[in-house]
Parts: sequence; structure tokens; C-alpha cells
Amino acid sequence: MSTVSSVRFEDVRVGDALPTARHEVTRADLRAYAEASGDRNPIHLDETVARSVGLPDVIAHGMLTMGLAGQTAADWAGDPAAVVEYATKFTAPVAVPAEGGAVVEVAGTVAAVDEQRRTATVDLAVTSAGTKVLGRARAVVRLP
Amino acid sequence: MTSVTVDESFQGRVYPASGATAVTADAVRAFARAVRAVHPAHHDTAAAQALGHADVVAPPTFAVTLAQRADAQFITDPAAGIDYSRVVHGEQSFTHHRPVVAGDELTAELHVDRVRVVRGNAMVTTRTELRLADGTPVCTAVSTLVVRAPEEQ
Repeated sequence: MSTVSSVRFEDVRVGDALPTARHEVTRADLRAYAEASGDRNPIHLDETVARSVGLPDVIAHGMLTMGLAGQTAADWAGDPAAVVEYATKFTAPVAVPAEGGAVVEVAGTVAAVDEQRRTATVDLAVTSAGTKVLGRARAVVRLP
Repeated sequence: MTSVTVDESFQGRVYPASGATAVTADAVRAFARAVRAVHPAHHDTAAAQALGHADVVAPPTFAVTLAQRADAQFITDPAAGIDYSRVVHGEQSFTHHRPVVAGDELTAELHVDRVRVVRGNAMVTTRTELRLADGTPVCTAVSTLVVRAPEEQ
């Protein structure tokens, strides 16, 4: 998963599958993300607050899920700076119970290649407990 | 259904950049750990330089830390009338004109591109333009936040 290898543009075909990833997410991970990002919205940290605003439990920062999923494209490219565009919709919250946490699974597929820019467009399928949590998650990666 | 109120007159507002934020290697490493970005270029200066970068490279979503700080000027403005505990993230995009690396001093100009109420929820779209001090564009970050309507009691 953490191998530093890189694909070459010439070797990439539409439909290619990227290595899949599976991320366990705990309350401690939410606290670490809150500290690192400065996003201390209590809906990610305090279940009393989360429930008081109608959420099922503490939920993961959407940006944590997006960040984890983006690694699939960055690791495949071999250089994190290769990700030149990255966008998503947040379609469902990832509830993170105190016991057991949550699991986020990521799969990637090459949706398009651009000969001029030497880029590949990667569609990311991101689910937790069988529910799609990111919608239209898409990264454009510049390849050597 | 109870509707969220938000001041739609904020649409089109621009908050000019006020001072630069230094991107530190420690901040890049902490963020990389938090999103499990294990590539050595996030953590080790020599590994980053071997790939042609001046210093450790920020993960692709790091720019959100600067964008959210810029967003706060609008989101936490009492005049905008937004209840932060009811805010959830709807959409996010990043266009990197150049990678963010440690040592960058970035300015953030915030644009409130859209404010509207849809089925009782407020949707606000902001765009943060991150630039170097000399004006070189670094990243355009666009966020759509949803302010959820209170549940019926």
C-alpha cells in the first residue's frame, strides 16, 4: 500500500483498476484529524452534540474521508504532487461509534486519459458499511 | 418544515487576503499522518527534494486547512446567521496550480460564490484562492456547506 512506485502514462488504460484500500477509523483518528486540520466542529468529537443536532453518532470529518480516499490516487501515481485536481460530494455521513469505530473502503478506476496533459482521471468508489459515502469522487493525476 | 435562515445578501462578497500563513513542515507531517499519507515526500525533506520539491509536500487535501480558516470569516460572522453545529460538508474540490510545500507563505482570498436555501436547508458555496506573496496561484479550493434545518419537534 505504501510502495513508492509510479505508473507511466503510456502504460495506463481506461478501465484499469487501482489497488484497493481499507481504512479503519476510530474516535482517536477523528481527534488527530481535528488537531491537524484545525476543524474542531464538535459533531466530530462529542456524541452529545452530534445527537443533539440529529446525527446518529459522532461522524467523521468529510475531509478525513476525502483525504484517506485521495491516498489511493496519490499512492498509485507515486508522487503526491501528481494529484492536480480532486473533487467529491459527501453523500452520507460516516458514523464512528466509540467501540469498534468505522471502516472506509476505497476502490479506484481509470475513467479517462488525456494525451495532451499526460493525465489520468481516476474515479474513486468510497464506501463504509456498504453505503456509498463519497459521490462523484474524482482525481486527475499527472503521470510521468 | 422549519427553514434555516441565512443572509443571502452575502452572495458575491469577497474577503481580501489578510496576511500570509506560513506552511510549516510540522503542519504538513501532522496532516499527512492524520490522513495516513505515508509517502516519504510528506515526511522527509530529502525524499521530497529527490522528486524535485523544495521541501516536504502537503497531501492533496491539505489546502482545506487554509480554506476553512478563510471560510470562518463568513461562517462565524453573526450577521450571516449560520449555526455552526448544524453545518455539514456537501461538496469539496481542489485545483492545484502548483503543489503546496513546506516553506510556502500563502495568502487566502475568500469568495462567497453562492448562498441559497433549498428545501429548508441553506447551501453556501465558497471559493478560496491560495496564492504566494508575489501573486502566483497555488490552489483553488471550492466548498459547499449545508446548514441543516432543525428537526420538527
